[in-house]
Amino acid sequence: MMQETVWLITTVSIATLAAVFVWVITRSRQRAEYKTIQQSGYRWRKRLFVALAAAGIPLMGVTLMKMPYAAATNADAQALHVDAMGYQWYWEISESEAQVGQTVVFRVESADVNHGFGIYDESMRLVAQTQAMPGYTNELVHVFDQPGTYQILCLEYCGVAHHQMKAEFQVLTNQEEGGA
Amino acid sequence: MMSHANESGNTQPAQPLVNIYVGVSAVVLLLMMIVGLVMRLAQGEMLDISPGFFYQLLTVHGAGMVGIAALGSAAIMWYFASRYLDLSRTLFVANLLLFLVGVVMILGSILGGGFAAGWTFLYPLPAKGMGLWGTGAAALFLGGLLLIGTGFLILHLDFARAITRQYGSLGQGLGWPQLFGRDSGEAPPPTVVASTMVTIVNILGITAGAAILVMSLVNLYVPSFTIDPLLAKNLIYFFGHVFINATIYMAIIAVYEILPLYAKRPWKPNKAFLAAWTASTIMVLIVYPHHLLMDFAMPTWMMVMGQVISYTSGLPVLVVTTFGALMLIYRSGMRWDVTSSLLVLSVFGWAAGVIPAIVDATIRVNMVMHNTLWVPGHFHFYLLIGVASMLFGFMHFLGKESVEQEDRWFARWAFWGFMFGSLGFVFMFLYSGANSVPRRFAEHLPQWVPYDQIASAFVAVVVTSVLVFALQFLARLFATRPVALATEVN
Ligand code: HEM
Ligand SMILES: [Cu+2]
Repeated sequence: MMQETVWLITTVSIATLAAVFVWVITRSRQRAEYKTIQQSGYRWRKRLFVALAAAGIPLMGVTLMKMPYAAATNADAQALHVDAMGYQWYWEISESEAQVGQTVVFRVESADVNHGFGIYDESMRLVAQTQAMPGYTNELVHVFDQPGTYQILCLEYCGVAHHQMKAEFQVLTNQEEGGA
Repeated sequence: MMSHANESGNTQPAQPLVNIYVGVSAVVLLLMMIVGLVMRLAQGEMLDISPGFFYQLLTVHGAGMVGIAALGSAAIMWYFASRYLDLSRTLFVANLLLFLVGVVMILGSILGGGFAAGWTFLYPLPAKGMGLWGTGAAALFLGGLLLIGTGFLILHLDFARAITRQYGSLGQGLGWPQLFGRDSGEAPPPTVVASTMVTIVNILGITAGAAILVMSLVNLYVPSFTIDPLLAKNLIYFFGHVFINATIYMAIIAVYEILPLYAKRPWKPNKAFLAAWTASTIMVLIVYPHHLLMDFAMPTWMMVMGQVISYTSGLPVLVVTTFGALMLIYRSGMRWDVTSSLLVLSVFGWAAGVIPAIVDATIRVNMVMHNTLWVPGHFHFYLLIGVASMLFGFMHFLGKESVEQEDRWFARWAFWGFMFGSLGFVFMFLYSGANSVPRRFAEHLPQWVPYDQIASAFVAVVVTSVLVFALQFLARLFATRPVALATEVN
């Protein structure tokens, strides 16, 4: 999952950096000539720069490949369109359910101030979001891969009841659809 | 080696004025940290306050911290830059006065008028308090910010004048002749390079901020005058990003000037240094779209730029300043005391805080991290462990009679308390963010409350440590009237 990966990358990188600091600090009381340290230091700095660029450029390419922005124009014809309008402090959502595996296009807007349309799964993990703005429609395309009761939370501060601005959205398995 | 620039009889010591700046900063920082503690305790259900009051505190804390970080950092910049530039004392005082008037207005607006639209005053929320605050309170807040911005604009214009007078142009202040030509070894000192960068970006940033503040003020009283909400967002985040980042670029001067005294090695502005600062000047101006990655209506090229520039803007920081600081202290026979420890910690705080920030600037990551506590997690990393450490390190330096003076035991304990408390507090934000806890929520779900409680314990340690730092500085100010350190870089 994205969050675990992000947490891991971040903590490992910070720990590595901290280890470098500690290593240098433990050697700070010794003495050596600055000139020689600078000479090898600049060599290492160059290597570090090249290494970061070599890692960063491909990473940038890969992560930029799947951007969420133009997704709605490419969505298939069977996609479910859901209009979501934010108000201080409630949501008006045109549909209340979708199916697992179905492409859903949320057309998100606001009637007053900025809000944020954040979709949380049953374990309260954030799965996708977009801003809800007055005067603009942000199209968020999402395919749910788990059934359940999802929560819509407001993710842009919008006034005193911001944290209570919630809605529910059901995601059904294909069998449930016929029965319900 | 570096001759003094101010031959114009500017001989009074700069320290008394700077002491006032730093004293005010210490007190306000402490108060705002206590406000932060109250918010953490409230989220942790250990303190019962109404949501309205929570959001007022959030607004006070955001505006207060950003303002005071700027004020304290400006004191660092002014203190050291006045060794090379002929700066106006009058305008330095004017900035402080405008700041204090602005603070009074903002406090009146929030505590008196109930204003709680957040320090980012995102249009059109200030006009739509839904009964929690009125038009007058909103106008008072926006007006207060405008005054504070005006003060800083005046200060930066004075820097622009002084740099141009001393070095010929802002380009020369950035060391362009040495960067693009032959390195004659005569580039301006790091302090001047950093001051020039801040001057350029903050003049542009504050101007944009003033524009949206004025438009928002007009809109409060003439509702038919509306603003495009996406334009407003762009202007606000451009201003906010530049202004808060400039605090780091001002405060880092303490590292450039003070660490060399402890390592007994000079910090020289070589080509890599100059290139990094010129690159940062441009990047800090164009990176702000990473605040708007979830505004799908934005042009896609701007979003891509937001991610790409976020990645690259980390490089100069990591590769030049962090590496430079580590090289400076490596096998230097370094003298360790609270000042030097805080300054080295601050470089770590800055460099480490950049990591979760860059991660979050990845568009696909931002989709599940934006506006969670991950965001306060990364910015508290470089503002608390970075900028605040620089401020406390500088403050401790000012209070000392000499670099050799030994620290008292309580100051050393306060350092360790500050370091471990801050790290714990910041990691709890990051961990909560990785668990999707939203930022700016007055009330948390039951499963999130334990994180808030653990964080509160860390914060209590931070606040106690900062209380020690602040009391010691104030006691030194009032008791012994410390002798200005007659320390020169070279
Ligand atoms: C002991 C130190 C600190 C504590 C306990 C603290 C606590 C907090 C808390 C609880 C929040 C709200 C988080 C949320 O969204 O739920 C916050 C937000 C914030 N803090 Fe701090 N903070 C501290 C230091 C600082 C420092 C040193 C700075 C800047 C120099 C700073 C700047 C901010 C800003 C700009 C916000 C965002 C406000 C907003 O969302 O509108 N804080 N802080
Ligand atoms: Cu909201």
